[in-house]
Amino acid sequence: MALNRLTVSMSPHDYGHDSVKKIMLWVVIAMLPAFIVSAVFFGLDAIRVNLIAIAACVFFEWLIQKIFFKGKSTVGDLSAVVTGMLLAFNVPSNLPWWIIIIGALVSIGIAKMSFGGLGNNPFNPALVGRVFLLISFPVQMTSWPKVQVMNFALTDAQTGATPLAIVKEGIKNGQSFGDIMSNMPVSYSDMFMGQMGGSLGEISALALLVGGLILLIRKIITWHIPVSMLASVAIFTGVLHLINPAAYADPAFHLLTGGMMLGAIFMATDMVTSPMTPKGQIIFGVGIGIITVLIRVWGAYPEGVSFAILIMNALVPLINNWTKPKRFGEIIKK
Amino acid sequence: MELIIYTVVTLCVLGAILAVILFLIAQKFKVFEDPRIDEVEAQLPGANCGGCGLPGCRGFAEACVKADSLGSLFCPAGGNAAMSKIAEVLGQVAVEKDPMIAVVRCAGSHEKRAKTNLYNGIASCASASMLYSGDTGCPNGCLGLGDCVSVCTFNAIYIDEKTGLPVVSDTKCTACGACVKACPKNIIELRLKGKKDRRIFVSCMNTEKGGVARKSCSVACIGCGACVKACAYEAIRLENNLAYIDFEKCKLCRKCVETCPTNAIHELNFPPRKVKSADEAPAGETVKE
Amino acid sequence: MLKTFPKGGVHPAENKLSKGKSITRLDPPKTVVIPLSQHLGAPAQAVVAKGDQILAGQLLAKAGGFVSANIHSSVSGVVAKVDKMPDSSGYRQMCVVIDVKGDDWVPQIDRSNDLKTGIPSNPDEIRAKIAEAGIVGMGGAGFPTHVKMSVPQGKTANNLIINAVECEPYLTSDHQLMMEKADEIIIGVMLMQKAIGAGKAYIGIENNKPDAIAHLSDIAKKYSSDIMVQGLKVKYPQGGEKQLIKAVLKREVPSGGLPIDVGCVVQNVGTAFAVYEAVLKNKPLFERVVSVTGKSVKNPVNLLARIGTPISELIDVAGGVPEDTAKVVNGGPMMGKAVADLSVPVTKTTSGILLITEKEALRPEMFNCIRCSRCAGVCPMSLEPYLLKNMVNVSRWEDLQPEHVLDCIECGSCSYTCPAGIPLLDYIRLGKANLNKILRSRKS
Repeated sequence: MALNRLTVSMSPHDYGHDSVKKIMLWVVIAMLPAFIVSAVFFGLDAIRVNLIAIAACVFFEWLIQKIFFKGKSTVGDLSAVVTGMLLAFNVPSNLPWWIIIIGALVSIGIAKMSFGGLGNNPFNPALVGRVFLLISFPVQMTSWPKVQVMNFALTDAQTGATPLAIVKEGIKNGQSFGDIMSNMPVSYSDMFMGQMGGSLGEISALALLVGGLILLIRKIITWHIPVSMLASVAIFTGVLHLINPAAYADPAFHLLTGGMMLGAIFMATDMVTSPMTPKGQIIFGVGIGIITVLIRVWGAYPEGVSFAILIMNALVPLINNWTKPKRFGEIIKK
Repeated sequence: MELIIYTVVTLCVLGAILAVILFLIAQKFKVFEDPRIDEVEAQLPGANCGGCGLPGCRGFAEACVKADSLGSLFCPAGGNAAMSKIAEVLGQVAVEKDPMIAVVRCAGSHEKRAKTNLYNGIASCASASMLYSGDTGCPNGCLGLGDCVSVCTFNAIYIDEKTGLPVVSDTKCTACGACVKACPKNIIELRLKGKKDRRIFVSCMNTEKGGVARKSCSVACIGCGACVKACAYEAIRLENNLAYIDFEKCKLCRKCVETCPTNAIHELNFPPRKVKSADEAPAGETVKE
Repeated sequence: MLKTFPKGGVHPAENKLSKGKSITRLDPPKTVVIPLSQHLGAPAQAVVAKGDQILAGQLLAKAGGFVSANIHSSVSGVVAKVDKMPDSSGYRQMCVVIDVKGDDWVPQIDRSNDLKTGIPSNPDEIRAKIAEAGIVGMGGAGFPTHVKMSVPQGKTANNLIINAVECEPYLTSDHQLMMEKADEIIIGVMLMQKAIGAGKAYIGIENNKPDAIAHLSDIAKKYSSDIMVQGLKVKYPQGGEKQLIKAVLKREVPSGGLPIDVGCVVQNVGTAFAVYEAVLKNKPLFERVVSVTGKSVKNPVNLLARIGTPISELIDVAGGVPEDTAKVVNGGPMMGKAVADLSVPVTKTTSGILLITEKEALRPEMFNCIRCSRCAGVCPMSLEPYLLKNMVNVSRWEDLQPEHVLDCIECGSCSYTCPAGIPLLDYIRLGKANLNKILRSRKS
């Protein structure tokens, strides 16, 4: 039967075995360590926020697809799950459910689907959602619950400031960085493990690095963006710290606190919104690093990773244009 | 209060200064343009279809104003009506042209022309025809992937899902020729629209020998020459096993239609014949709207 | 030390199913259909007519221009017709159809298996014999060999590179030929060296064929110290001319240029064998080694088949067409051409016949581009396929030129690697065709 009608198509006739769905699935798997850490430190609240965010993102994608695009549903590619999880990672664990749903609507509806769905959005959807919430609901978005190891009771936990906010406030009040750190309830090793206040997915540098390793091994991301971003932050803050150790925090503090690791590994490396060439990716990473430090040190907000990534997202088309690969056999005009 | 006054005053002064600067720059860089170009352009359909061979309607308007006579210029989309108005604007004489229409010269629908293989590629006739002759036995026939549809600015052509062939709308087609250029198999031709939209044409492009052509498609022109003999006006010629009806010479007598053994010659928009039943009349190439 | 080209490339599953199967000579079929255009350039002009008695090796058609090649009969018998027949793309082209009677060859051809080693001293004589024998590049493109062998004035070809990479998955015809005819190949290489005046010859072989590397190195030592066998890391598309030169000599052919611009001539290993046979055995190119292979093929084989044999006969020898076959490819899976019909003949460039199963025949479902930039990463020419595709989608044909679309070697790495299942190469080909059309119309 098959022989009566052979299939004819252009070469190649062999295809690689990667697909969008597989890539997204691996991103989800890479986020699991950070997810588990958040569940350990923030209890059931962390799971609640994640589930609401994922469900809302998937639902909005399905709904918008159904109403406006009319085509086959794209929910199956799992990109909405990734967006939902990233959004959840970027908010405090005690965020009310309705704010999460608004965030999901902004992420999927405005940042993603209004541009035509996966692949067409210029800005990272989860970050757009997060920044929207940060500006609209500053109080709820910055009251961070204190970490309580393995407390699974759904009680109203105490809230406190993040290390970044404590340092920013302290330096503004004229204290020296050393003094602030000596009063800090958490040590650097606590920060590395994740035992500090903050958005639920950003706390543990260790878990995020494990996730990053998974992504690197699966070749979903390359080293260029995370390394250039973290290195530029380290160098910039290192220089500042050397000039005036009292007024500026040291590089280790900057690298371990806030959304630095989450941003470098999962947000900035988003394929859709990052440059195409390695050279461009390095420019992109360095840009994010510098803007982040500028905001953290001199800006009004204690944290600047999300703004920095969104600003650099806007420059991606320009960076792509600047950093064309050198073609094979191209003669460079002198 | 003081703040508001200050703000308003500064903004007003700023606005005034900028307005003066803008005015001066506009004066300096003013380009003189013949006002008649705008007038001519207003008479054009504004579809920028490129049917006149010039870059857009503005380009055509400029060419009209520059030209000494309108003899070689014609807007197919606007037709004689638009041209006579343009002639009025420019004080010249418009050349009347008989209206044309795009005609699809392939009748190999799904049931008339069996598929011999499965095409698995991008939906582009140009791409498919680069790869091979097509998913049927006929190397000259319509691929049905719709390159003509995507280039049409007037929505005058669509693919009929039942037959898999393009259908041209009598009322919407402006004979701009975009589909003619887009078709990699040269199936679409601009022909005279004809009196009362009546047209007769050979709906086949197959140049293979009769038997081979017939085998791949039941309504193929087999090059038998019966129509050439039947034609009293020498309007039909036979080349490469394929008959072609010259629309300038054709008097629409319909004799050839009757003689064609494979029904490859199509007549359109004629009243139904009295003797023969109408079910033989081909349908599908054009629609009246 | 293993070498490779530095940027881009993919690693498709090798699936060399017919590896190690010795070359079996296939008897002539009942009728052969010999197309008159099996090469790049002008079709050959037929010099026989219906009813002529023909011997194998007899000239059927003369080269129709400088870039063209002679066509010889592969069988003995009677010319049944000289007419237009569908070729592998379904379009009609001139073919000579011969009804086979017996197997008589032109008497000048040396049919013995004796090895001949006498290399003619006059390069022109070698070139003339190559042209006479109608040899074309046997790797797939089919560029007439004598044209490549004519080094243009002002250029020198110091290096002859023999392409024995066989980077296409599945195919093993070159590999098997190297194992069985190593002496002949090395002499063929020396003949070509002589013809173009190349001091050095390099034979590039990927290291998934260690036996071939060792065997050819041993044989090469016997004859000449100027022939180097170069092992290469396995990476597709190393068999591309420009990639091979880059891998072996680290020279980069300039954009729009030819290998001769960097002092190289690249020839396929099968061509080297054909040159040997043509020059020293007086045998025109009328048979070639073809791998018949595929995942569900009962008995994958390497066959020595006459040009013009319908591919269905070759498949029969390999155990017939399996039930689940949905696509038949003339060539390898990466650059081969899918055929619509199994009656198409074997030509000078048919290196393999690949039967693809239903499961793998259809392309993956297409999603939106997720801008992962893998296509740009694997492109061996450092192009940006995603960008070219977007430009083609909006018909910006002229803008493709500054993006070097014409440098695309159509290796298919981009389509292979795309996780969104976008057939990028389809779009790029469309763009190239349209751009070329515009450039041609500008010239005239």
